[in-house]
Amino acid sequence: MMILESLRRQSAHGYALVQHIQQRSNNLLQVEEGSLYPALQRLLKAKLVKAEWELSSTNRRVRTYQITSAGLRHLEQQISSFERMFQGITLVLNPEKATTS
Amino acid sequence: MNWIPQIFRRRKVYNDLSEEIRVHIEERTEQLVREGMGLEEAERAARVAFGNRTMLEERSREVWQWLTLESIVADLRFAVRQLRKSSGFAFIAVSTLALAIGANAVVFAVLNGLFLRPLNVPQGQSLYALQRGNDTYIIQSYPDYLDLRDRNRSFEGLAAYTISQAGIDTGKDPSHAWLFQVSGNYFDALGIRPYIGRLIHSSDEHGPNSAPYIVLSYAYWHSHFQDDRGAVGRTVRLNKHPFTILGVAPPEFRGTLLFFCPDFFAPMVNAEQIDGESFLNARGTRWVFEVLGHLKPGVTPAQATADLNSVGSYLEKNYPKDDGKSTFSLVRPGLHGDFFAPALRAFLAGLMLLAGLILLAACANLGSLFAARAADRGREVALRLALGSTRTRILRQLLTEALLISVAGGAAGLVASVLLLHRLSQWQPFPQFPMNFPVSPDVNVYLVAFLLALVSGFLFGIVPVRQVLKSNPYEIVKAGSSARIGRRLTVRDLLLVVQIAICAVLVTSSMVAVRGLARSLHNNFGFEPKDALLVDTDLAIAGYPPDKMPAMQKRMIEAMQAIPGVTSVGLVDIPPLHMGWSISYVFSDQATDLRPPNAIAQPIEYRISPEYLHAAKTELLSGRNINSHDDLNAPRVAIVNREFARTIFANRSQAIGEHFKMPDGTLMRVVGIVEDGKYTANLAEDPQPAMFLPILQFPANDTCLVVRSRRDPQQLVAAIRSTIRDLDSGLPAFIQTWNEEMNGALFASRMATVSLGVLGVMGAMLSITGIFGMAAYSVSKRLRELGIRIALGAQRKEVLQAALGRAIKLLTIGSAAGLLLGLLATRVLAFIVYQATPRDPLVLAGVVVAMALLGLLATWIPAQRALTVNPLILLRED
Repeated sequence: MMILESLRRQSAHGYALVQHIQQRSNNLLQVEEGSLYPALQRLLKAKLVKAEWELSSTNRRVRTYQITSAGLRHLEQQISSFERMFQGITLVLNPEKATTS
Repeated sequence: MNWIPQIFRRRKVYNDLSEEIRVHIEERTEQLVREGMGLEEAERAARVAFGNRTMLEERSREVWQWLTLESIVADLRFAVRQLRKSSGFAFIAVSTLALAIGANAVVFAVLNGLFLRPLNVPQGQSLYALQRGNDTYIIQSYPDYLDLRDRNRSFEGLAAYTISQAGIDTGKDPSHAWLFQVSGNYFDALGIRPYIGRLIHSSDEHGPNSAPYIVLSYAYWHSHFQDDRGAVGRTVRLNKHPFTILGVAPPEFRGTLLFFCPDFFAPMVNAEQIDGESFLNARGTRWVFEVLGHLKPGVTPAQATADLNSVGSYLEKNYPKDDGKSTFSLVRPGLHGDFFAPALRAFLAGLMLLAGLILLAACANLGSLFAARAADRGREVALRLALGSTRTRILRQLLTEALLISVAGGAAGLVASVLLLHRLSQWQPFPQFPMNFPVSPDVNVYLVAFLLALVSGFLFGIVPVRQVLKSNPYEIVKAGSSARIGRRLTVRDLLLVVQIAICAVLVTSSMVAVRGLARSLHNNFGFEPKDALLVDTDLAIAGYPPDKMPAMQKRMIEAMQAIPGVTSVGLVDIPPLHMGWSISYVFSDQATDLRPPNAIAQPIEYRISPEYLHAAKTELLSGRNINSHDDLNAPRVAIVNREFARTIFANRSQAIGEHFKMPDGTLMRVVGIVEDGKYTANLAEDPQPAMFLPILQFPANDTCLVVRSRRDPQQLVAAIRSTIRDLDSGLPAFIQTWNEEMNGALFASRMATVSLGVLGVMGAMLSITGIFGMAAYSVSKRLRELGIRIALGAQRKEVLQAALGRAIKLLTIGSAAGLLLGLLATRVLAFIVYQATPRDPLVLAGVVVAMALLGLLATWIPAQRALTVNPLILLRED
């Protein structure tokens, strides 16, 4: 979901994606950089993203990932269901706050 | 399905992935260098940050893989490589399994062909035969059959057939042939379509002798008419009566009786022309061999039985004299009802059990081989574990190897068994009968063989699992595969004991069978088959009218007696221990109600000439022999056997002069008593009552001459043949020694002995490889220890004891257990093999010797190896 969201903002290659996610999460999410790749392959197989070899800003031949329209739809669904779940959790953890809001 | 192009695209996907990852690490390194790190340090940090590259890459690849197919293919490839490396092991494993699975496939195919598979007719599964409920006889009378056919509401059509024989003259030599006399609706009720020409239909029948037609079986057409399509429409002579060939039955239809395949089919309404006499109107004479038909759709067997019973009560009410109480049950067609199916089924089930045990033994064997192999490969496994391979992955690898072997073994076994079964289904053990063994394998057999292979693969593949699971890589890599001895009993030992026990069971039962068979050949049969020839003819076949038969029979006896070297000649209608025999009901002399239920006995009936008892060497115990004055003008007399005298006239000594009644009311006087004998085609039979009637008072067209002579049978046969030709050139005769004739009676026990013997040999082979494997393994594990022992001055005996003591101990335990079990198992065997008794010192000694020999054979090579250990070389190695 995070990958798709990042790609929705901007197409990127693997390394850039890692950088982006780490920055956006204020380095809260520290994962092995490599674990991105199995995830990317899964998205690729599900045709939620597509990839092409391009030249990067550092003038290197890199594989850039782009979100597809199916990916966008999937992302929206995911986000909405995630939000609902998140809302549910908040309600359970924090009932007063939830009722006021 | 888009996974097919994916397989080809995959290479590119993987390359892209590796390249991508490489670029990623490169970029990270550059970044770190820009942040002021040293190049080497930066490279290291980049790799750390990335994580386990190989693993991640593999996992990324897995996304594209179709389940774990690829890793399985890799396992398979690896397994093939491994097995090729140790081809001896692979060969032994595959051939062991091929033997075991082949044996199972053969036995199952026979079981399948005889019991599981319906008769080879359209919709065979709804085909049932009728059996009389009260006396489990399947034979019906013709009028009863007609009533059953017309009055039931459950069958599509009830057909009937009976077996008979005839002389067939196609213009050349007259020859003897077997046929089915069939009801007109036979082919239509079974749903058989002609191969060429047409078949017999109900519309052909218009009363007795109205349908002089025959339909050839495909095999007979092929062998006697050379596939000549012009045969249809031709007229042949059956017992000198003209019959027209209507057509040929399809090749897959071999009659409705398993084991027996008729040469041709003729209408039952013409019975008089074929048999010389006709019982078409005799309701009390049961001769129609089997009545069978398809149930109507939706009718259950229970409903059909109820329906038939209502016809039965009609018969009972209208023909109380002939039918008595008539209830019916449905049985599977093809095996003559419940007559010999139960014994055969029990035997085959026993055989299947034994074959299963063989397979189990093979699995135990292979399991221990695999366990030994896994232990040998401990280092490899440990290394792989240490390098991060999961245990499931290693197990999968081992299991793949096992399954590969089991499938290869299964395939080899199946091929061998299919070849054997095809031979078997064409086998003709008796020259005078056209046999039909419908045991050719079908899908079921293939399926069972495949499943057995898979299951056994899992069984023996799973043996080393525990060993692998609990192995500690660090220990093994550190210490090497040291022999850990001292554990009292391992699973492997237990397997070996089980296997030896199974082998001993097989050896015991095959020895018991062989002994029983050998003894039954030297038994008192109530006649002496040695030095006797049987000349089997049928005067009806040669067209003799009943009134001319006695004279001809007398001439035949006299002509035989005139042959030089012949000591005695006798005549009997059907000799004892023949494949067929006739049974008659007898009643007490006061009886007035002569219906079967009131019979006091059902003795086997023989019609003999006065010389028969002497020629057959059947001993007359008391009273007189019959003589030429016992003819139609004299009171009817009979000679009975001891069992007859015992069951009917409780006091044996007074049986002579007593009377009994035949079914037609004839009063018989007993004039003599002879010894008991074996009569039906089963040597294991209990003593049966029998009576011998003078052929002059009870004429018979079946004429079997017993010719006793010490001359060479072959010369004698030629002499007999020319004598018969001189008497009547149109009389077909079948000549063989009485011992050959008895092959039929001994067939069952022979087959049992042969199959048990084969299984026994297989069991023994498996035990040898099993013990050999175990002993060789334990010697090779302990070579170093043995070397040290020898270096320290151990004697040969001690070395051997250390090396092989365990194997020998296991062998002893296993053999003892197997012997006990085997003795129990042979109780079952006694039903088939005559005089199979386990309480026979020779058998016990034989088993012990056989097992000891097995042990010696199996441990010889390992023992040699243990004794020739050179401690210097051995100890230098480490």
